[in-house]
Amino acid sequence: MASKPARSGVVTGVAMILIFGLTFSGLASALEWNLQPAGSKLAADIHSLHEYVMLLCTVIFVGVFGFMFYACWKHRKAAGHKAEQIHKNTMVEIAWTVIPALILILIAWPSTRVVVAQKDTSNPDLTIKVTGHQWKWGYDYVKGEGEGISFVSTLATPRDQIEGNAPKGPNYLREVDNELIVPVGKKIRVLTTAADVVHSWWMPAFGAKQDAIPGFIRDLWFKPEVTGTFRSQCVELCGKEHGFMPIVVTVVSQQDYTKWVGEKMKAIAAAADDPGKTFTIDELRSRGEKVYASACVACHQATGKGLPPAFPPLDGSKVVLGPKDKQIDSVLNGILKDGKPTQMLPFAKQLNDVEIAAVVTFTRNNWGNKTGEAVQPAEVKALRK
Amino acid sequence: MSSVADSHAHGHAGHGDHHGGYGGIMRWITTTNHKDIGTLYLWFSFIMFMVGGVMALAIRLELFSPGIQYFNPDLFNQFTTMHGLIMVFGAIMPAFVGFANWQIPMMIGAPDMAFARLNNWSFWLLPFAGLLLIISFFTPGGAPGVGWTLYAPLTVQMGVGMDLTIFAVHLLGMSSILGSINIITTILNLRAPGMTLMRMPLFVWTWLITAYLLVAAMPVLAGAVTMTLTDRHFGTTFFNAAGGGDPVLYQHIFWFFGHPEVYIIALPAFGVVSQVIPAFSRKPLFGYASMVYATSAIAILSFIVWAHHMYTVGMPVTGQLFFMYATTLIAVPTGVKVFNWVATMWKGSLTFETPMLFAIGFLFLFTMGGFTGLVLSLVPIDIQLHDTYYVVAHFHYVMVAGALFSAFAGVYFWLPKWTGRMYDETLGKWHFWLTMIFFNMIFFVQHFLGLAGMPRRIPDYPLMFETWNKISSIGAFGFGLTQLFFLYIVLKAIRSGEKAPERPWEGADSLEWTHLPTPVPYHTFEVQPNLK
Repeated sequence: MASKPARSGVVTGVAMILIFGLTFSGLASALEWNLQPAGSKLAADIHSLHEYVMLLCTVIFVGVFGFMFYACWKHRKAAGHKAEQIHKNTMVEIAWTVIPALILILIAWPSTRVVVAQKDTSNPDLTIKVTGHQWKWGYDYVKGEGEGISFVSTLATPRDQIEGNAPKGPNYLREVDNELIVPVGKKIRVLTTAADVVHSWWMPAFGAKQDAIPGFIRDLWFKPEVTGTFRSQCVELCGKEHGFMPIVVTVVSQQDYTKWVGEKMKAIAAAADDPGKTFTIDELRSRGEKVYASACVACHQATGKGLPPAFPPLDGSKVVLGPKDKQIDSVLNGILKDGKPTQMLPFAKQLNDVEIAAVVTFTRNNWGNKTGEAVQPAEVKALRK
Repeated sequence: MSSVADSHAHGHAGHGDHHGGYGGIMRWITTTNHKDIGTLYLWFSFIMFMVGGVMALAIRLELFSPGIQYFNPDLFNQFTTMHGLIMVFGAIMPAFVGFANWQIPMMIGAPDMAFARLNNWSFWLLPFAGLLLIISFFTPGGAPGVGWTLYAPLTVQMGVGMDLTIFAVHLLGMSSILGSINIITTILNLRAPGMTLMRMPLFVWTWLITAYLLVAAMPVLAGAVTMTLTDRHFGTTFFNAAGGGDPVLYQHIFWFFGHPEVYIIALPAFGVVSQVIPAFSRKPLFGYASMVYATSAIAILSFIVWAHHMYTVGMPVTGQLFFMYATTLIAVPTGVKVFNWVATMWKGSLTFETPMLFAIGFLFLFTMGGFTGLVLSLVPIDIQLHDTYYVVAHFHYVMVAGALFSAFAGVYFWLPKWTGRMYDETLGKWHFWLTMIFFNMIFFVQHFLGLAGMPRRIPDYPLMFETWNKISSIGAFGFGLTQLFFLYIVLKAIRSGEKAPERPWEGADSLEWTHLPTPVPYHTFEVQPNLK
């Protein structure tokens, strides 16, 4: 039935496919088109497995469709070919069932080795817990050098770049405020979990991907072999901002890592309260106001008038205006009446020395109370039993 | 059954004057005729194909450039979700049910489907389900933005649109199950004398197996979405760890339905292609029996491979290995099918009319989708590619180049039989080549995007992905326009096409071609042919 215009349609089609095909392959070699460079042995193993399977697939594909296109050309009616009424050949059919099955074994064997290696998360040098939140990542160093470090990692790309009001930077959408820092050459085990919905943590350079499932802990491992910064993002649809929760890992040398841990630890210590320090009365008052707001306000009220009779007022209270030690003691150990605990509970375990010193100073210098006295953490420490 | 036939038992081949007593719109609402219902299914599916297609174009428009241009991320997620649901449940599945309705009775020598009124109801559930899906966009919070897989617990955060979607899925499932029961009963009970199972056209075989898959798989999906509904509203915690549930349980249930679903879509497509290739090769299908066995093998295997969609949820190593081995095994029966199709063409007398072009396009591209499927079945590689554009490319090679190409082949192949008019062959060929080129332009480059690390379902992307996304988006708009061209070709054929000859395709030899006039009368095989 092939009419002349129809045949010219075929010719045009083939020509168009050739043009597009060549354009694609030209572009492909100039652009990102393959797996990202491997940064670990596991990733390298995955990449060579991929190449091996693609090679097998390509050979089979070219073979099968070589036959088909040969038939399209040689056995076409337009060339006068008459159909041969063959519709069965048991030997051939057995062959093309058995041979693919054998090829599958050739694929399954190397794959199995990589799977087993990939699942072996034992004996890590460093364990980090990754928590997916809508829409940021939380990192906690739970075991190994850096234990105790904890931070949240959020997209650093400004909103203006996303909305097209500013030119986009080179790491557009793949930059964060706090990068995950890991040492080179160490086996890192990552525990994944999530706070709300399912997320997925992926670092292609290390062949590492694991869903983060709320309420469950899963794990993966990687062992970076080169230093540098590696970028990726959440890969499981997790709601509106799914496309905006990047993952950035910076691999540093062991010395740099130790240095970074040291700095982080110092920062943590600096942020912590120093009970040996002597504070000014204003420092103590402003800190004490916050402690009061979280620990005392429910009973004694913001006005300091309390809710008598159960919760006595602090404004004008004899205890608060009396000796420091008595007040500190009642905050530390609570107030007993006839040997039984009252509503005034002990705060020794809930508040540290700085906090107690601050809140006591605050109550002694607020509302109508004007003792002008500052209580230092050392005084609280001395009264702890 | 007989009462339906009796009221029209006047025994003539005229068309247009026996439509069940009603005219106009009431004819279509009340019809119990398998041909009318087949037509309804096909038009419905085309309309949904357009609706889902517009959403795909919205997605590709947003992804044309990095940055947020046209749609906020929330709406973008709603488009990806509804594009998937509408294309799978509204476009592809109904299209093949449409073919089943038209073709199965004619191919086995039956006067109609076994349950004619049920058939009507199976269809008329669909427009309401489709409507619910579309209405969900206009509810507070919009349509669900959770992906067509409806993963928990993200589904719990959605608004009332989620509930509409759940009810839509229930309706779609009911429609599929009822339709399947009808198809199974028709094939097993209404075959003409002498039409043994192993003489049935392969299209009928693939539908018989597909119908069993549907009956087995759709209730599982209904269960999954019902649990989602009770988790949302009635305090259950099936998928919430805080109450003793597990979000991964949802994924297991969903994919226990979801993987057979892939073959629910693919098997009827195999069936159409298995009719078209022999017809234009002027040879019987090579290895008919092995085709039937391969189809059955695929169907059985499809129930034990579901967790290959979940390699990254953190399965034990033995679980990963089991599902990897089971999945790679599917390559064997699928390979048998591809080899059989090529062997059917081998030493034939080939012509390349539009149905054959689409069948060859199917064979070529579907095999590529099969190979990327093999790549994805391997756990270590899948860990890299899971939830990237590589997966998007892979399943569009299977769903579009597989199912859609085969549906086009079927329409061009049977349109002359159904309407008595030929389509314009030159335009048909243009439709094929444009579809072929634009399809690859959209999806071939998405393999590169996935390999290079672009996740799926994101409204914005890093700059290094820009070029491929531009090419893909341009291809998408070309592809969309080409399908409007298809609509034009079909309408032109129906309204003013050349009159089809009595045997439009000399190589086609199933009952509808050999035993029925062209165009087929409204009622056929009121007396079953004796094929003994």
